[in-house]
Amino acid sequence: MITVTNLTKRYGPTLAVDNISFEVKKGEILGFLGPNGAGKSTTMRILTCYMPPDEGKATVDGLDTIEDSLKVREKIGYLPENTPLYYDMWVIDYLKFVAEIRKIPPAKIKARIREIAHLCGLDKELSKSIGQLSKGYRQRVGLAQTLIHNPDVLILDEPTTGLDPNQIIEIRSLIKEIGREKTVILCSHILPEVQATCNRIIIIKDGKIVGSGTPEELAAQAQGGEEIVYITINGPQDKIQEQLNALEGVQSCCLLGSENGSYRFEVKSKQGVDVREALFRLVVANNWSLTELMRTHITLEDVFKQLTTEEN
Amino acid sequence: MRNIFAIFKKEFRSYFNSPIAYIFITAFLVFSGWLFFRGFFLIGEATMRPFFSILPWEFLFFVPAVTMRMWAEEKKLGTIELLMTFPLNDYEIVIGKFLAAFLFLTITVLLTFPFPLTLFYLNKPDIGPIIGGYLGALLMGAAYLSIGLFISSLTENQIVAFIVSIFTCFALFIIGEQIVLTALPSWLAPIFSFLGLGYHFESIGRGVIDSRDLIYYISVIIFFLFLNIRSVESRKWR
Repeated sequence: MITVTNLTKRYGPTLAVDNISFEVKKGEILGFLGPNGAGKSTTMRILTCYMPPDEGKATVDGLDTIEDSLKVREKIGYLPENTPLYYDMWVIDYLKFVAEIRKIPPAKIKARIREIAHLCGLDKELSKSIGQLSKGYRQRVGLAQTLIHNPDVLILDEPTTGLDPNQIIEIRSLIKEIGREKTVILCSHILPEVQATCNRIIIIKDGKIVGSGTPEELAAQAQGGEEIVYITINGPQDKIQEQLNALEGVQSCCLLGSENGSYRFEVKSKQGVDVREALFRLVVANNWSLTELMRTHITLEDVFKQLTTEEN
Repeated sequence: MRNIFAIFKKEFRSYFNSPIAYIFITAFLVFSGWLFFRGFFLIGEATMRPFFSILPWEFLFFVPAVTMRMWAEEKKLGTIELLMTFPLNDYEIVIGKFLAAFLFLTITVLLTFPFPLTLFYLNKPDIGPIIGGYLGALLMGAAYLSIGLFISSLTENQIVAFIVSIFTCFALFIIGEQIVLTALPSWLAPIFSFLGLGYHFESIGRGVIDSRDLIYYISVIIFFLFLNIRSVESRKWR
């Protein structure tokens, strides 16, 4: 649905987007992650035809963002960063304005606005001025604007900033629901949000893609495939350590601490091997007692931190 | 067409969504009414000439106020990013905005109708200069609007847009004034006088509608609207 090839954009001497390529398929929700100033918004601006790339090309549904700009824009619903809105307009007037521009037949505009207002929870706010609304409702107005023409592609730049936790959950589930039939790109630097809504994630840093894949793939990629298991065993220290090291699949193990004859170890396993069962059997076979066995999950946060703070 | 109309409606309504429209109209009417009636009772002539002769100077301050926010505010609020990613051509947005400002100015100017009515009630004024004066006023106002709109697209600060617009209109106005013309070499004087925004206004204001004057104003309007389209497009330049 969306193809980006070798995209580059400079602002004067600064390189905002550096030769990135990616693809988004229909029905996919792509999370676009990156620290502030990584080039997320610039990429979105290029995709939405706000500005052209310096090099490379972006297509939406096979249409080029420069040559078929108007057709591309018709297909996209775009929520820019910080949800810009006309604060002096009424919600209903604003939605009418967008509906007209989005070429919804005049006879259907009223019904469509009612429908979309209901979907976004704006039924009671239609006859209020946008400036009077709270941040959460403004965000919904912005979302209603992006959805009103039922676009194939949704591009949302930090759609949940400034919302309270309940609203965030609501908006996320709305995005997830909408995302089933559409192609969605969700820009964010809020990790749990991306993890909760997206099927696939691209992490971008200094204009370059530093990681891409499902959250699980990214985690695997980040830790080089090895897994860490914490185990606490009650028994003779030397023997335990020796046996642990000898165990098949274990790369290394080190003692973390001891308490009342229990010893806590950090066991690193080889790539793709789950050693928990083997560990358990080892303990049983030696008649020791097991008081803790825990596998750590690398969170997206760790991945993100690792990928975006590395010095090149 | 539908797109231009949608932009036009949004922009026109936005004047009335805020107090701007009411303040503007009131201020304009009070100001020009005072100038009109002051001259009217002093001269004791059934003519609108004092009113029309002061109008270019009034417009200098009033018209930039109509256009100053049109682009500057879009930039400040960030709504320009929305507007430019809607399936609209840049020229449709520019024309829509211009037409909205023009209709607003036309309404304001036409609300001065009690002045000529007073004249007709009291005396038998010559109708030619009155119609010519209004037509000239609208054309000149439209030229100021297109200048102001263009300048608004260069900044995100309304005050900057306002002041620079006043200054630009002022510069284009005084190059046709006598004081400037006498200081110029004699071969340049007619060119400057022709280019000045005021010269054609006076000419139309005499009640003689010359196609040269119409073409002059229409060219100025189109020229600045064109610059406006280019400046909006400039984000796409590589």
